[in-house]
Amino acid sequence: AALKDRLRSQVSAALKEGRVTPTELCQRCLALIKSTKFLNAYITVAEETALKQAEESEERYKRGQPLGILDGIPIAVKDNFNTAGIETTCASNMLKGYISPYNATVVQKLLDQGAVLLGKTNLDEFAMGSGSTDGVFGPVRNPWSYSKQYKEKSVPKSHSEDEESNWVITGGSSGGSAAAVSSFTCFAALGSDTGGSTRNPAAHCGVVGLKPTYGLISRHGLIPLVNSMDVPGILTRCVDDAAVLLGSLAGHDPKDSTTIQDDFKPFELPNLTDVSKLSIGIPKEYHVPGLSSEILAIWSKAAELFKNAGAKVVEVSLPHTRYSIVCYHVLCTAEVASNMARFDGLEYGHRSDMKDSTESMYAATRREGFNDVVRGRILSGNYFLLKQNYENYFVKAQKVRRLIANDFVKVFRSGVDILLTPTTLSDAAPYMEFIQEDNRTRSAQDDILTQAANMAGLPAINVPTALSERGLPVGLQFIGRSFQEKQLLTVAKWFEKQVQFPVIQLEEVKRHDSGVFQHQKSASFS
Amino acid sequence: QKVSVEVLDHLEHLALVDFRDAEGVERLQKAIQFADQLHEVNTDGVEPMDSVLEDRWCLYLREDDVTEGNCTKELLENAREKVEEYFVAPPGNIPLPKLEERETFLQGS
Repeated sequence: AALKDRLRSQVSAALKEGRVTPTELCQRCLALIKSTKFLNAYITVAEETALKQAEESEERYKRGQPLGILDGIPIAVKDNFNTAGIETTCASNMLKGYISPYNATVVQKLLDQGAVLLGKTNLDEFAMGSGSTDGVFGPVRNPWSYSKQYKEKSVPKSHSEDEESNWVITGGSSGGSAAAVSSFTCFAALGSDTGGSTRNPAAHCGVVGLKPTYGLISRHGLIPLVNSMDVPGILTRCVDDAAVLLGSLAGHDPKDSTTIQDDFKPFELPNLTDVSKLSIGIPKEYHVPGLSSEILAIWSKAAELFKNAGAKVVEVSLPHTRYSIVCYHVLCTAEVASNMARFDGLEYGHRSDMKDSTESMYAATRREGFNDVVRGRILSGNYFLLKQNYENYFVKAQKVRRLIANDFVKVFRSGVDILLTPTTLSDAAPYMEFIQEDNRTRSAQDDILTQAANMAGLPAINVPTALSERGLPVGLQFIGRSFQEKQLLTVAKWFEKQVQFPVIQLEEVKRHDSGVFQHQKSASFS
Repeated sequence: QKVSVEVLDHLEHLALVDFRDAEGVERLQKAIQFADQLHEVNTDGVEPMDSVLEDRWCLYLREDDVTEGNCTKELLENAREKVEEYFVAPPGNIPLPKLEERETFLQGS
């Protein structure tokens, strides 16, 4: 019975057989977006263009000529990807009103395959943060805050307390994308991942969050944060869907010279039944202080699961783990200081009325356009890049980066295939609690488990695993070898099947429920 | 070890971003303190790593052929101040006023 619930309703097949039309699908998603507006997952809903894309898709299905498996599938895109003709804000005053003149390569690829772009999702300003709480359009609310599972477990402190003050964060910075996928308003969403920004909200929102190997997917059109670590991220409701998205996005892009030139072959995931040849590594340094006992237990249980199924499960060591977050802090702020220099008000974005001089105009524009978090990182980055600090901080961090990357190389060379770690320290925090600490402190705490994979450029995925005692999602992270996404996703898919993560029970979705969404709560289109 | 006002002023000039208040300055102090942990790591003989793809030589130069362009109109659309096909900037070569004359939180320090 549990398996039946997880069975994906081939939406693609449904579209192909005419059981549902792309416009119907699009309209239902748009309606659901409207009724879940309180989540604040979307900054821009591109209703007109989405319906037009859906109509064009319908024409193709009528002619029996769909572009592929993604034709007619509604998707959402994080608002730090350029989308032609649609506002791209990065949740910042600096880019409010900025209409991109071009599509990011990943967006273009999705559109070329007939995907329907529903809108742009909310994030922390310029993707800096781990809560999706620091953007100018306000915080994103975790759909699980409104789930039956969470409500059953929460004890109201007083009569006046209601959902309004109890809601939990999505995590970040791709919180809007995670919330959109989690609340069924789209079938997949693009996020970005620099220190965990796709995997962290995926864990808190109970969805699959894939960070591909650095260099596999084009960053052209993704407004850059840290050029040496950024990657586009994929958020879906099941691992198979992540593989489908990966297949349509990966590959060399002449417009992004940091993409590898090797041919990429999209793959279908095999149904792994025998894990006896698998070696799973459990890095002991990931047992960090601050890791909740609940997550520790879930992590241990997962390791047991693999062991009982015949896999080899070994403890491994990544000795420089505890310096990873410090290293990230220096390299990230340094690259950010450089990347944010382009925002001067001249060619695009916000421009101050200050006219006295170019420099004073730049200074005023940036003063008005950036929030505290962004400004803080720019100033820190500039400090580490000062001539007197360059060797001691920036170059030092680059050396430590090599040590961190080498830790992984050594472990994978010793015969380990995949690493299994927690994704977050605990389940999602209530918003009121989360904002008690400042952004930098939070990021330093929350990124600890995810960002070493960005340091080393390795692929990593969050797989929703179980519900916490508060009824909120907890996910576990798998880290794989460079460019071995097929192996990583195969193992993730096996694990997903074993844990049978429950479907979110949301009132809003039930109301919109109809043939389209039946058997499809953990829906996919593959 | 606090950062001197001279360095803070220098940073504001370089970054063209200001320390809005004491919190901003404190934030930098904490960031430096945090980063100082790096000095505990022994990196003797270790080369700095620029890119995780260093073994793959993927950064290449392409042929000097024009493959796209002619998008002046689109590019100008997002600029606020323009004249014909020019972006318009206020007068250049005028440095930011000195600390004493500038409107900055640091002035009180």
